[in-house]
Amino acid sequence: MNWLKRPATETQVTHGQRLWLYILAGVVMILLVLPTLIVIPMSFSDSQYLEFPPETWSTRWYGHYFGSPEWMRATVTSLKVAVLTMLVATPVGVLAAYGLHASNVAFVRAAFVLMLTPMMVPLVLVAIGAFYAYVQLQLLYTVTGLVLAHTVLALPLVVIVTGSALKSYDMSQENAARSLGAPRWKAFLTVTLPQIKFGVITAGLLSFLTSFDEVVVAMFISGGDNPTLTRNMFNALRDQIDPTIASISTIMILVTTFMMVLAQTLGQDRKPK
Amino acid sequence: MQAQSEPLNAAGLRRDGLIERLSLFGLASPAMLLILVILVVPVGWLFYVSFMGADGSFSLENYERMIDRKSYRRIFGTTFQVSFLTTGLCIMIGYPLAYFMSQLPDRLANIALITVLLPFWTSLLVRTYAWLVLLQKQGLVNNWAISLGLWEEPIKMVHNMTGTLIGMVHIMLPFLILPVYGSMRAINRDLMKAASNLGAHPRRAFWDVFFPLTMPGLSAGALMVFILCLGFFVTPAVLGGGKVIMVSMKIVSNIELFVNWGAASALGVVLLVMTMIILWIASRFLKLENIAGGGH
Amino acid sequence: MNQPNTDALPITVRNVTKTYGPVYALDDVSIDVESGEFLTLLGPSGSGKTTLLMVLAGFTRPDCGSLKFGDTEVIRTPPHLRDLGMTFQSYALFPHMTVEGNVGYPLKLRKRPKAEIAERVARALDTVQLGGFGERRIDQLSGGQRQRVAVARAIVFEPRILLMDEPLSALDKKLRDQMQIELRHLHEQLGMTTVYVTHDQREALTMSDRIAVVNHGRIMQLATPRDLYERPANRFVADFIGESTFLDVTRSGDTLAWNGVPLKLGHHAVPDAPKLQLMIRPERIVLRDGPSEGFNTFDATATDVVYQGDSYLLHARLNDGSQIALRGAMRGTAALPEEGQAVTLGLAPEDTVVIDASAE
Repeated sequence: MNWLKRPATETQVTHGQRLWLYILAGVVMILLVLPTLIVIPMSFSDSQYLEFPPETWSTRWYGHYFGSPEWMRATVTSLKVAVLTMLVATPVGVLAAYGLHASNVAFVRAAFVLMLTPMMVPLVLVAIGAFYAYVQLQLLYTVTGLVLAHTVLALPLVVIVTGSALKSYDMSQENAARSLGAPRWKAFLTVTLPQIKFGVITAGLLSFLTSFDEVVVAMFISGGDNPTLTRNMFNALRDQIDPTIASISTIMILVTTFMMVLAQTLGQDRKPK
Repeated sequence: MQAQSEPLNAAGLRRDGLIERLSLFGLASPAMLLILVILVVPVGWLFYVSFMGADGSFSLENYERMIDRKSYRRIFGTTFQVSFLTTGLCIMIGYPLAYFMSQLPDRLANIALITVLLPFWTSLLVRTYAWLVLLQKQGLVNNWAISLGLWEEPIKMVHNMTGTLIGMVHIMLPFLILPVYGSMRAINRDLMKAASNLGAHPRRAFWDVFFPLTMPGLSAGALMVFILCLGFFVTPAVLGGGKVIMVSMKIVSNIELFVNWGAASALGVVLLVMTMIILWIASRFLKLENIAGGGH
Repeated sequence: MNQPNTDALPITVRNVTKTYGPVYALDDVSIDVESGEFLTLLGPSGSGKTTLLMVLAGFTRPDCGSLKFGDTEVIRTPPHLRDLGMTFQSYALFPHMTVEGNVGYPLKLRKRPKAEIAERVARALDTVQLGGFGERRIDQLSGGQRQRVAVARAIVFEPRILLMDEPLSALDKKLRDQMQIELRHLHEQLGMTTVYVTHDQREALTMSDRIAVVNHGRIMQLATPRDLYERPANRFVADFIGESTFLDVTRSGDTLAWNGVPLKLGHHAVPDAPKLQLMIRPERIVLRDGPSEGFNTFDATATDVVYQGDSYLLHARLNDGSQIALRGAMRGTAALPEEGQAVTLGLAPEDTVVIDASAE
């Protein structure tokens, strides 16, 4: 194979000398993607043991899922909470990121660290803390409670993503808008926001997914009339391998993919290259 | 005429400045308020509860238990073991992959990046579930291995340490790869040419020039992975099958099974303090923003 | 065409101070910009020239002081109500809008009718010679074109004051020279009071009616380009603008002397300062055949001669050891001095400028 003898780098290391790297990388990439994707065909298996490839195809697990009022209720709760979290966390986080970016108060750094605490505190601790607080505030097992808790978990991501979008944005544009007669809020809305749009959309998507995928906090503060999908999935997993989970997983993968594609199309219409 | 002691407009300008700064800072106040009410105050309360004995008076019994009881010591041991092993495996697997991606032309690199991002965006629970299905006794891996003649009897690969580690590494890899890849892309390619021109063998040039420059990304990624591992719950709970008990699992069972808030809080406080100490030590060598931005 | 803009406003800055911690970015600055004048703030980076411009624009809030546009006190007016045009070093064009969108933005904010906006945008683009570029995207423009769009956007709403922050620093030299002339013409045509910031002394000399040299947050000198070059107020200004050789001068009564030799002076005032120096511009000192009447002459030894095409540069050592530079025009076949050759240098009394030797 001639290719193996050709240099792979400017320092004349050949492809042959690097073969081990290519093989390792290939295997790792397959292992990263495949296990998740293989759930999709498996969910159409008729067997209790989820074979691959399935010997007989069937949609019985989907039937099971869509036919179960319990799963349906959990799905509706999860979607509702995720959408609301996105709608709350995105503006709150974007405002915070902008405020911290634009102001030069001495304690901005401390405020930034506070913003990141939800990422640093172990989730379990957040969960039992929220559980306790919600008992006092009578927010336990409510959608409001879930949205607030998930908003707190999503805020660091929104602040980081928006903050880095602001960092690569030239703030003198906002000054230009103001010198041309725009009050600050208008300068932000008409000049800054359109340009950090991709960051904001990404942040919104991340907050949706943070909420939609969240297990540990939901385990404690969701339930009653408002259990989340992940909470029910987790409980089902602890008992036994219920093949219904495969069909739900497939649907969750679809939701995630849909959100990613949505973010890409929304964010990238601005530059026809 | 203004007073001698008061420079022109100074008071008014000072007030304007203060109002502007406060109103800008005020934009962050809803977010900070939420975090305070939902997170900081309750965690503060847990801290308080952890110092309360069974009879409600001040006591260190919750902390003494952790030192006295062998089972608690074992839980901390397991937690660190899992965290170290996961971080180590992630470095060993993730670094070469990141290196591979950094050497690809932009187009291919972006495709390769998708294979890292895809699992990163996919639900944690779904990925854990996938491994559970693949690794179980009648699962895909065992079935294929046996039909290929790799081993005779189904091997137990899940509901134990092996399964936990496989799942954890799979979930943590993107957190390591992304910052490492980022720091590799930022390295000027001329540096390797320069090293070569100065007489360094490619392997020597890699260790002398390339590797040190990736250290910020690598340490940020490794730190992120390690800290996330310390507090991890879902994957060990599902794939560990009760045999791998980590601190956060013990916290949950203390609440769910024994309704022992004191014990759970004390464990939580120790976990938090450990995390904070590690972050604090790391922040003396790394920029906090890098760590925070590590996964994204 | 060259009609003075009766709407132009004078700018009055009084006692403006801005500190960042212990550092004075502006130290009790007072300056008057006359109505319709082109005034340049010139200084090294960190001198405070940009801070002063940002105070004028309202983006930097000083600790104290007064700022008037005409008779109106504006020091506490927010930027969007100051009604002045401004161009930024990075141009700060909005990449998500077209050229038209950018230039029309200030008019849209002022709620002008659509037809008027279109008409005025077209006129502004014509003024900067970008007629027909309205539909372009910003990323389709060259650096020079972006600069013009930035100018068009700043003048389209006919502000009475125009601020420009190093507008040409991102352009290459040739384009910069051309834009200097264009901006100068534009100013003559529109006549608005213009404050221009640059660190490039040649640019300042080319364009300005007057130049304020700024250093350490203070105005070192405010004068016409010619006065600034020929009569610098102190050593800093003399150093910053043009090249010079400085020789220490002693004073005894009314006579000034260098190295014991009395100097013949023209009839301009000698500053009243404890330490004085003779400032010698390389193009003002000339080669003489020997001691000559009416000149201050210096005996020197040529140490280095450099042929530079249109001129030559001679470095020489005076007999007290100090180095001096001389630039002469190349004419015909005249022989250049050789290294080591003894030369006599002459300086006309009118070019014998004595300055305050202190740095500020």
